[in-house]
Amino acid sequence: MIPSRHMAKHSQTEAIQQAIEVQELAPPASGLPSALRRWRRWRQRAVIPYLFLLPFLLLFSFFILVPLLYALWTSFFVERLIGGTTFVGLQNYQEVLHDGNFWEGVRNVLLLLFTQVPLMLGLALVLALLLDSQIVRLKTIFRLGYFLPYAIPSVIGALLWGYLYSAHIGPFAQLAELLHWPPPPFLTAAGLLPSIANILTWQWTGYNMVILYAALQAIPPELYDAARVDGASGWEIAQRIKIPLIAPAIVLTVVFSIIGTLQLFNEPQIMTAIVPNLIQDHYTPNLYAYNLAFTNQQYNYAAAVSFGLGAVVFVFSYVFMLVTYRRGQR
Amino acid sequence: MARIGSLPAGGPVAATRQTSARAVGRRSGWTLRGLVLLFLVLMLVYFVIPLFWLVVSATKTNDELFSTFGLWFAPDFHLLENLHDVFTYDDGIFVTWLTNSAYYAVVSALGASLIATLAGYTFAKLSFPGRELVFAIILGSIMVPNTALAIPTYLVLSKVGLVNTPLAIILPSLVTPFGVYLMRVYAEQALPDDLLDAARVDGASEWRIFWSIALRLLAPGFVTVLLLTFVGTWNNFFLPLVVTNNPAYYPLTVGLANWNQLSQTFSGSRILYTLVITGSLISVIPLMIGFLFLQRYWQSGLTFGSLRS
Repeated sequence: MIPSRHMAKHSQTEAIQQAIEVQELAPPASGLPSALRRWRRWRQRAVIPYLFLLPFLLLFSFFILVPLLYALWTSFFVERLIGGTTFVGLQNYQEVLHDGNFWEGVRNVLLLLFTQVPLMLGLALVLALLLDSQIVRLKTIFRLGYFLPYAIPSVIGALLWGYLYSAHIGPFAQLAELLHWPPPPFLTAAGLLPSIANILTWQWTGYNMVILYAALQAIPPELYDAARVDGASGWEIAQRIKIPLIAPAIVLTVVFSIIGTLQLFNEPQIMTAIVPNLIQDHYTPNLYAYNLAFTNQQYNYAAAVSFGLGAVVFVFSYVFMLVTYRRGQR
Repeated sequence: MARIGSLPAGGPVAATRQTSARAVGRRSGWTLRGLVLLFLVLMLVYFVIPLFWLVVSATKTNDELFSTFGLWFAPDFHLLENLHDVFTYDDGIFVTWLTNSAYYAVVSALGASLIATLAGYTFAKLSFPGRELVFAIILGSIMVPNTALAIPTYLVLSKVGLVNTPLAIILPSLVTPFGVYLMRVYAEQALPDDLLDAARVDGASEWRIFWSIALRLLAPGFVTVLLLTFVGTWNNFFLPLVVTNNPAYYPLTVGLANWNQLSQTFSGSRILYTLVITGSLISVIPLMIGFLFLQRYWQSGLTFGSLRS
């Protein structure tokens, strides 16, 4: 969706440029031999741009394309104690499809995707609208305060909440004890997923809010001043004018959240150290792939699991973008 | 973007009509305002309280962590001793991690933003065969899960003997597809074609046009990518976790996670609790200061990524 729009624009400019070049070419202005001119034009059009792109493309190839292709390649093999490495085609993928551990991890991240992400983005949108409205003062303090958790490495965030959840040194457990209540069940089998959801909400709401807030600030106020004069309430303006206008920013936050949530790793990895018996090595697909590779040395199967996850990520972001795009077209 | 907060645009007439419309619902307006403020303050407490706990806890001894209420200070102030412990524990390994994090983040951020700016400029302002295809491939790579990359990156790096070197963390961090996307969008907006064409007519080489004209005009975008990459590298956990296993090359995130693991496994070494807590506080401070002072840039960065999508 994103590139297609650029493409439209660029093919247009390209056409104009070509038109100009054709015009320039028509009368042989100078006495240069045509081969030299052609080389100059070729250099201008292809060599220099690719030279400029070279640093990026080199690193991109070496650290994204090559590892990807290499992983794809290894995922077609199996390493056995006897017999060494053998080509097995798609067998690893077949195994992933029937791997209960993989799907359990997928279920966990999907659960987060359908509960935590709407909650977080809803909250981010409400906060952004409130800070954009005229009823609030001291906006800077609120905005900075909400954004603060984003400045904290997610590992540190997870560590921090691990302590806050603790039944021994956590303030919530201490408060509960004071009131003679049982300690809150943060780090239990049932409470774990909500606990992780809370860490994610805490860490990322402000970030999403800033994206939405910035988009709101970019709306020219004239667009809703008329509505305000006509007596439209703040809520109506938000619903009818502001939210539709910042739809692209909302789509962006959703896509980022889909990608980030499905690839969840840091929080459960840190939680493993805190509650080792609660988090299995396959709590999320990413954690599963990591443990397969680095604990069990099953690189081939780990690669297949990673691509399985990649497919899930692709399907969800693609379907989401397709749906919103279709809706936008109507 | 420069919008004057509470002044209603549209002149005095609109302003009076607006106030009269408002006066009707003034009473309900006040309670609504109060409720909204209450909600915003509660949310502020939610977002800030973990940090407050971190600050308070960094001033406590291990015993006090268990025996005193977490959200208020203990009678004695133990911060300096904790800081001393953090910086001297295990022959001052924490200082190594701190320098590593700073080194990785600074080098990666500078390199990545320069490379991304050059690439973004090229995509935006030079037309060449294969442009949209190459760009689409780069954009598509944003969706690749980081494990799908980290594990093979580790294998590739170990093949060329780079595992357990600073380059193993820096080189992959130099690739920011999202940065290229941001710089392309930014360059399209910020660089007038006329200006570049004028320079071309004057005979400036393409490199000179980029280096002495474009780069200067792209400076705000450059700083934004710089900040995003700095934060990304400083906060990165997965990549260094995978490509280093020598504590001498750990950044703060991996080092602290390691201390945390130790503190949870061996109940005897509870001293590590204060180390992890105080160390976390130290690791958080540089970015918070940076964010406060460079607000303008991160905000504009997050914006121009979303405005034109």
